[in-house]
Amino acid sequence: MAPYESDDSTTAVEGVDDLPSGRRKAARYVVPVTVVGVAAATIGLVPAIADSGDPDLPKITAEQLIEKIAQSDVEQLSGTVKISTDLGLPDLGGLGAGFASGAMASGSGDGSSADPSAKLTELASGTHTLRVAMDGENKQKLSLLENASEYSLIHNGKDVWGYDSKSNEVFHGTAEEAKGGQEKEDVPATPKDFAEEALKAVDDTTSVTVDGTAQVAGRDAYRLLIKPKQSGTTVGAITVAVDAKTGMPLKFTLTPSSGGAAVIDAGFTQVSFAKPAASTFDFTPPKGAKVTEEDELEGKGGEHGAPKSEDELRKEFEKEFGKDFDKDFGMELDGPKAGDKTGKVAPEGGPEVIGEGWNSVAVFDTGGEGVPSGAEVGGEMGGFLDSLGDKVTGKFGSGTVFKTRLINALITDDGKVYVGAVDKDALVKAADSGK
Amino acid sequence: MSQDEAVLPGGAIEGARKAGGKVNPLWTFGLLRSELLTTFRRWRTLALLAVLAAVPILVGIAVKIETGDGGSMGGGGPQGGGPAFISQITNNGLFLVFTALAATLPFFLPMAIGVIAGDAIAGEANAGTLRYLLVAPAGRSRLLLTKYATTMAFCLVATLVVAISALTVGALLFPLGELTTISGTRISFAEGLGRALLIALVVAASLIGVAALGLFVSTLTNSGIAAMATTVGLLITVQILDQIPQLHALQPYFFSHYWLSFADLMREPVYWDDLVKNLGIQGLYAAVFGSAAWARFTTRDITA
Repeated sequence: MAPYESDDSTTAVEGVDDLPSGRRKAARYVVPVTVVGVAAATIGLVPAIADSGDPDLPKITAEQLIEKIAQSDVEQLSGTVKISTDLGLPDLGGLGAGFASGAMASGSGDGSSADPSAKLTELASGTHTLRVAMDGENKQKLSLLENASEYSLIHNGKDVWGYDSKSNEVFHGTAEEAKGGQEKEDVPATPKDFAEEALKAVDDTTSVTVDGTAQVAGRDAYRLLIKPKQSGTTVGAITVAVDAKTGMPLKFTLTPSSGGAAVIDAGFTQVSFAKPAASTFDFTPPKGAKVTEEDELEGKGGEHGAPKSEDELRKEFEKEFGKDFDKDFGMELDGPKAGDKTGKVAPEGGPEVIGEGWNSVAVFDTGGEGVPSGAEVGGEMGGFLDSLGDKVTGKFGSGTVFKTRLINALITDDGKVYVGAVDKDALVKAADSGK
Repeated sequence: MSQDEAVLPGGAIEGARKAGGKVNPLWTFGLLRSELLTTFRRWRTLALLAVLAAVPILVGIAVKIETGDGGSMGGGGPQGGGPAFISQITNNGLFLVFTALAATLPFFLPMAIGVIAGDAIAGEANAGTLRYLLVAPAGRSRLLLTKYATTMAFCLVATLVVAISALTVGALLFPLGELTTISGTRISFAEGLGRALLIALVVAASLIGVAALGLFVSTLTNSGIAAMATTVGLLITVQILDQIPQLHALQPYFFSHYWLSFADLMREPVYWDDLVKNLGIQGLYAAVFGSAAWARFTTRDITA
């Protein structure tokens, strides 16, 4: 029994600690418990402490703030953007994304191509981290950070490169050096445009106020609160955090009128207004990468998931890179409303618009049969279709309403599509008035 | 630790002086050295390392055969499967290092660590050698620290074995040279090597949490097999839980959640957020389970 003896002697000596062994044992477990407690407290409290201090900034009126945005001349920038989108779409993978992208594409007044680049439409759901860098008109880079891979869109001079590191595929297109005039007219892309449009909207159907200050990406910012005055829209409020120094919008949040989490929450988590390294914008296709030139792609119609058409790519690119990246993203998603809020008539060939302000509804005539009802399709697929939408009837006939948390669409049985950031009743009303 | 010195049997310190003829810190070092030697001389350890070294060889040969006819890997479009970076291997052998680490990090590496860590205390208890180790005047805390240090050394060695084997296979089968980061910028081969080393270190550090967990489990039982099985079982459970979307609120606290963040080192500029979170989580696990292991081991009745 030698081992026990040695054990006993150890115990005996340890007993010198004066504490009964049970209590001494318990006392030791205090250490891991304390570590857990401290860690939990740190995780819980540190962000709260960090958030508590809203910066003290001189008072400013909404007009002054909008003016500030208008005067912003940020040319050089690099930073990380986090975008969370919660449209309340059913998680159907491609189908859900396709639906959302359809809405987005039509919203930007680009009815022609309903299959935008797969990569950028991923932004329509979930949380994504993006990196942006820009240096003047001719050098921009946008990267979508994925797990162990990245999708980069690089504009340098007259080259536009798309690089998907996961599949090692490269897309190459060209852009004119002094470019972008046309497309920029479609949507307000520069802060100046936006500010002017926003100012027009103030007296109309929207209230614009300055709602205190906030810290965004470590910078002091004013919060610009934009609220629709009308009822019937699904948009609750839009908050834009504007950098107090540069007038650059840093964060964009859109909350739905139904409450709950923000539909879109896009903001810088880190930003720097220093000139990004020139090498950031250099790109040579890596050895062995599959390079798709834009001309070939036009022929093939984009068989890979890579950017579908150069036009589309550029459009997305321009939009993402409008100096007010955040707002543009918003415009993209609630396009019809955003465009019309400002009294702009949709471009030729674009959708017809019913209603005004936030309640405007875009109408497309697909000329088709509408969505087949579940009974027609039959089987499981039929049940699936029915579960997606609500049947509605009205003076216009009958149709199906597809809902997300922001954009709702009514597809009538005679093939007309009504889309808007409005609730179901408003869609039916619009359809009735359209008849 | 000073508390423990007080706890030591009075005669033991005398014994240390007699046995080692040296002062205590060096003696600890001696203990660590003997532990390292015992661990790395075991056939079990060598077999584990051999399996780990075989992974990059298999991946390399598979990619070579697959692309032997001039085709390219991962041609299945952007959704192409396989571990990260696999599509780049044919163009630059250095990417085999990243692919091999990405392939081994989820299971092979932590499983090997689980075996070593689970075996650390329970294995000694199982073989009946633990009490003899404790008869030696090291003190329980110090023995535990030594065991943990040995496990960490194994983490590092195992990761380096994978990396070096991958680099060798990559250099033999594929061209080397300038490489493109996943952000699309180019870096020189030397910088690429530097990043590969950094990635290997980060991967080794990512295993600190599992090592601490395994050591804690190891102090709970006298059966080496039970400790290994529990550790590996926990590892698999956590990996599965990490895939369940409904648990997303908990997932950032799983030790494996940020493991693949090492790939962020291949971005330009490096994206540090997740890397820092990963190291923080590993540190937290080491502190919690390390102190729990200490609390358990120093108060437990050693019966074997």
